[in-house]
Amino acid sequence: MHTSFLSHANARYLKVALVLVGLSIAAYWSQSRHVVPNGGTWLGYTLGTIGALLILWLIYLGRRKRNFTAGWGTVRGWVSAHVYLGTALLVVATLHTGFQFGMNVHTLAYALMCVVIFSGLFGVWAYRTYPEARNSLKRSQTLDDIFLQLEDIDTQLKRDVSTMASDIRSVITSAIDRTEIGGGIYAQIAGRDNSKVVIAGEVHRNAGQLNVVAWLVQRLTTAEGEESKKLAALVRDYGARQQLLQVIRTDIRFQGIQDVWLYVHIPLSIGLLAALLTHVVSVFIYW
Amino acid sequence: MSVVVEIAVIGAGPGGMSAAARCAELGVEHVLLESSSKIANTIQKYQKGKHVMAEPGILPLRSPIVFDAGKRETILDAWESGLQSVGVNIQYEAEVKAISGMQGDFVISLMNGEQVQARHVILGIGLQGNPRQMGVPGEQSDVVQYTLDDPEEYKEETIAIIGAGDAAIENAIALAVSNKVYIINRKDEFARAKEGNLNLILAAIDAGRIECFYNSAPAEVQLLEQGEFPANLVLKTGSGEATIPLHRIIARLGAIPPRSLVESFGIEFPNSDPNAIPALTSQYESNVPGIYVIGALGGYPLIKQAMNQGYEVVEYILGHDVKPADHELLAAKFNSLPYDLEVDDVLALMQERIPVFAGVNALQFRELMLDSKVWTPAKGEVIFKQHDYTNTFFTILGGAVEIEVNPELRIKANVGAFFGEMSLMSGRRRSATVYAGPDCVLIETPRRSMIKLIASVEAVKRVLDETFIVRTLQQKFAPNTPIEELQPIAARAKMHQFQPKEVLFREGDEADALHFIRNGSVTVSVQIDGREVVMSYVPANTPIGEMALLGNTTRTATVTAAVKTETISLDRESFNLLLERSEGLKERMQSMVKQRHEQNVALQSNSESSDLMSFLMGQGLGEATDVLLIDENICVGCDLCESACAGTHQGTSRLNRKAGPTFAHIHVPTSCRHCEDPSCMKDCPPDAIQRGGLGGEVFIGDNCIGCGNCQRNCPYGVIQMAYKTEAPDNYWRWMLFGLGQKPGKGKAAVVTESSFKQAVKCDMCKDQSGGPSCVRACPTGAAMRLSPEEFVDLVNLVR
Repeated sequence: MHTSFLSHANARYLKVALVLVGLSIAAYWSQSRHVVPNGGTWLGYTLGTIGALLILWLIYLGRRKRNFTAGWGTVRGWVSAHVYLGTALLVVATLHTGFQFGMNVHTLAYALMCVVIFSGLFGVWAYRTYPEARNSLKRSQTLDDIFLQLEDIDTQLKRDVSTMASDIRSVITSAIDRTEIGGGIYAQIAGRDNSKVVIAGEVHRNAGQLNVVAWLVQRLTTAEGEESKKLAALVRDYGARQQLLQVIRTDIRFQGIQDVWLYVHIPLSIGLLAALLTHVVSVFIYW
Repeated sequence: MSVVVEIAVIGAGPGGMSAAARCAELGVEHVLLESSSKIANTIQKYQKGKHVMAEPGILPLRSPIVFDAGKRETILDAWESGLQSVGVNIQYEAEVKAISGMQGDFVISLMNGEQVQARHVILGIGLQGNPRQMGVPGEQSDVVQYTLDDPEEYKEETIAIIGAGDAAIENAIALAVSNKVYIINRKDEFARAKEGNLNLILAAIDAGRIECFYNSAPAEVQLLEQGEFPANLVLKTGSGEATIPLHRIIARLGAIPPRSLVESFGIEFPNSDPNAIPALTSQYESNVPGIYVIGALGGYPLIKQAMNQGYEVVEYILGHDVKPADHELLAAKFNSLPYDLEVDDVLALMQERIPVFAGVNALQFRELMLDSKVWTPAKGEVIFKQHDYTNTFFTILGGAVEIEVNPELRIKANVGAFFGEMSLMSGRRRSATVYAGPDCVLIETPRRSMIKLIASVEAVKRVLDETFIVRTLQQKFAPNTPIEELQPIAARAKMHQFQPKEVLFREGDEADALHFIRNGSVTVSVQIDGREVVMSYVPANTPIGEMALLGNTTRTATVTAAVKTETISLDRESFNLLLERSEGLKERMQSMVKQRHEQNVALQSNSESSDLMSFLMGQGLGEATDVLLIDENICVGCDLCESACAGTHQGTSRLNRKAGPTFAHIHVPTSCRHCEDPSCMKDCPPDAIQRGGLGGEVFIGDNCIGCGNCQRNCPYGVIQMAYKTEAPDNYWRWMLFGLGQKPGKGKAAVVTESSFKQAVKCDMCKDQSGGPSCVRACPTGAAMRLSPEEFVDLVNLVR
C-alpha cells in the first residue's frame, strides 16, 4: 500500500537524520574547552566533510529522479532521505561553522545553504498541504474539466443573452470577453483578478465578477414579465460561472504556492554549489 | 448468362487470389468472384501507407503471387500485377447470393442475376462481411461511401454520416474538424456507442459542431445537376421530411457477418459461439463435399497462411499429393521427440494417446500443434510453480508428472492426462506446482489456441469442464478425499454464466447453493438504509455463498458479477455430502466465514469507503489484476510517472496521468490494468500479446503487425499505436549544455518508408529490474499499483 515520502520505510531516514544530529551535537559538546570551536579543528573538518558530501548528494537528487532505469531504491525513498538528511544538514553545517560568521564567501555559502534548506522545508509543507486542498476544492475534477465547464457556460450565456435586451447583452458579452485568468507569477499567487466589464460604454473593474452580479441584480428589480423570468435564470447561471472562476483562480493560486519554492530552491542550490566550491578551495589555498 | 468452370473461387482476398492464381498457372478452368470492385477488400480498408507484416516469419510462402512485408500500396500493386501476369479470370462486383447443387455441379447465383456453374467451390470470404447498405434509391451513386480511410482528406465539405455506432461517431468527430457534419440517427439516443464516444458526440452536438437528426432515416439520395452541392439527402424524420444538400454521404451501418450466408450454403458450425469456425478436413473441405473453406473464415487470419492454403487447396482438389507448407516446421518441432515416426504419424499418435484431443479434426489439430511446444523435461524438473502467472495448457504424451497442490498432497498424472487448465480458464495464477516424472513428454499449448479450440470443439469443452469441477472440489474442499468419491458430487454440480452486473443471489434469498468462481469476479453488497453498500470483492478461484450454507438459511448479502463470470454451483445436499466426506473441511470453512464477517463489519460502518469500492468496480477494475492508482491528496502533478514510463519505453508514455476519473481522492489514470481475461488478446492475428511470468503482466511483443485490433477491443482505451522512437539522450549533455532531449521525452521518430506504428501499452516494466517505473519514479508516494484483492485495504485507509 502507498505511503507518503515522510513516512517512507517507517520513517527510516528520520531516524538516520536524528542519529546524525545527535552524534554531531555530542561531538561538539565533548570538544576540549581550550579549543575555540571553528571549521579548522579536526571536528570542524569532519563536520565540514560530512556537510559537503551531503550537499553533493542532496543535489544529486536532480539526476536520480530523472534516471528512470536506476535500480537503486525508489524516488520516494530518495526524497524521504533528501528531506530528513537535508534538514539535518542545518545542524551539521551550523556546528561546522563554530558560530563564526563574517562578511566573506564562507558565510555566503552558509547563508545560501540556509535559504535552500528553508525553501525546501516550505516545499515539504506545501507538498503535504496543497494537493489535498486542491483536490477537495475541485471536488475531484481536473482543472481541464472545470475549464470545459466554463467554456460551456460561456457559450450558453452568450446564446441566452442573444435574445435579450441590448444592455444585458453588452454587459454579459463584455464581461465574458474581458474575464482574465492567470497572469504573471505574482498575479497567480496573489490571486489578482484583472477582469473588466463594460457597463454603459464605460470600462469598470470586475474582480470576482462582483460588478456584473451587482448590475444584474439591480437590473432584475426593474425588469418585468417574461424578461424578469429570463433575467432571474441568467443571474443564477452567472452565479455558477462566478463560482467556477473562483475555483479556477484559487486552484491556480494554490498550484503557484505549491510549486513556487522550487524557483528558489533549485537556482540557489546551484549557487550554493559554486559558493561551496569557492569555500573549500579558498580554505585549502589560504591554510 | 451462365459460365461453367472447374473451380469457382469466392472472395478475392489473399487466399482466394492465391487459389485462383494457382488454377491459372496450372491451366485449370476457373473464375474468381469478388463482391466489391477491388481485390483484397480488407487490406484496401487499411489506412494509406500502412505497413503490412508477413507473420508468421518462420512459415515459407507458397503461392504463384508474391507477398512480402511492406507498404499496403506496394503489396496491392504486386497482387494486381501478379493476377494479371498469370491470367486469372476475375469478376468484380460479383456478390454471391446463393450456392445450390452438389459436388461436380454447383450453381452459384450472383446478386446481379448471373449464374456460375462449378464443379468445386473455394470459399475465401474472410470475416469482415459486407457493409450494410442504406437500402434507399440512389444508394449506389458516387456521393455515397461505406468506409472512411483518412478524415483529413476532406475539407470544407458538407457531409452526412448515417449510423449511430462507434464507427459513425468516430468518423463524425474526425470530419467535424474541417467540415460541416450531420449525423443521422434512427433512434432518439446513441445507445450502442462506447461511453467515451457517447460523451464526445453529445458534447459536439451540444456545442453545435455537429448537427444531429434523431429519429430519422434516409429516404432517398437525389443527384443534383448544378449548384454548389452534387446531391440532396432526403430524410424521414419524426416531424416530417427534411432535405440536406451535401457533398458526401458516409453510411456506417455495420457489416453483415458472413456466418449466416455461409450457413445458407449448407456449411455447419459446431455451436453458436461467434468465434466458432466451421469443421474442416485436413484438406480444408467442409461438411458439404466439394466446398472448401480457406483463410480467416476457416480460422486462419494471417495473410501468408491464407495464401498457402489457397495454393494447397487447389492441389488437393486436383488430387495432387502435396505436403502442407508447415510440414517442415512440424518435422523440426517433433525432431526432439523419442519416437521415430513421420509427422502425420506423430500427430495421429498424439490424438490417439490424449483423449481430450481425440474429437478434434485433423486440420485443427495440426494448427494446434504448430502453435504448441513439445518438450521432454528431465525427471524432477519443475514444469511450473504455484503462483506463477503462466496460463498455457499441458497434455502428457509420454511418462507422467506429479502435481503438488500443497506439501501434503501430490497427485500423479499419467499419459493422456492434462493439467494447467485452472489458470487457462481463470486467467489467474497457477494453483499448484508440477514436477516432471520419468520419461516425460509434454505438449504445451498457448492459451489463445486452446480458447479457440474450446470455442469450436464441443467435446473439448465438455471434458475440460468436467475435469475442472472434480479438481476444484479436490483442491479447494477435499484434498484428502479420493477422486472416485468426489465424482458423484461433481456430477451434480452445475455450471453458470453471469453477465456483468447480473446477480448471483440476493440478500434475504433462501440459501440453496454454494458457488465457486471459475473465472471473472464478484462483489458482495448489503442494503443499509435503503442503499446498496459494496463490502468486498471476491476474485476467481474462490468459493462464495458458503456462509449461508454453513449456518443460517438465508443469504446475508447480495453477490453480483463484477465482470462476465462463470461459476460452478453445489447444492445444499452435495455440500453436506462434501462436508461429510472431507475431514476438517467444516472447521476450515467456519474460520473463513468468521474472517469474512470481520471484514464486512469493518466496511459496513463506513459508507465513504464502500462508495469508493463501488466506484472502483464501476471503472471495470473488477477484472483487473494490477492497476495503477494515484492518491490525489499526495500527488503534486509533477508527471514524473509519465516521464519515467516514456523514459523506459522508447519515448512513448503508456499512461496518461490526467485522464481518467477520480472519486474521493483516488484517481484512476488511463493505463493498462492487466485484465484477467484481456479483451486485447482476443483478436491478435500474430498472437503478439502475451501474459507474462511472475507479475502476470499483459504485454505486446515485437511481432505486432500494427493492425490495431487490440486498440479497438480494449474497453479502457489504454492501447496506443505509436512509432518506435530513438533511444533517450544522455542526461548530462542535456543538463549541462541543454543538448538533446529532456529525459522522458522521446525524440520524435524519424518516419521512414519501412517504419510503421505498432501497438504499445503498459508491460508493467517487465524488463526493468526494480519493477514498474511509474511507481518507482513517484517522488511523493502518490502512485501505487494494486490488485483488486487489495482494494479492501485501500478503501479502509480512506476514513
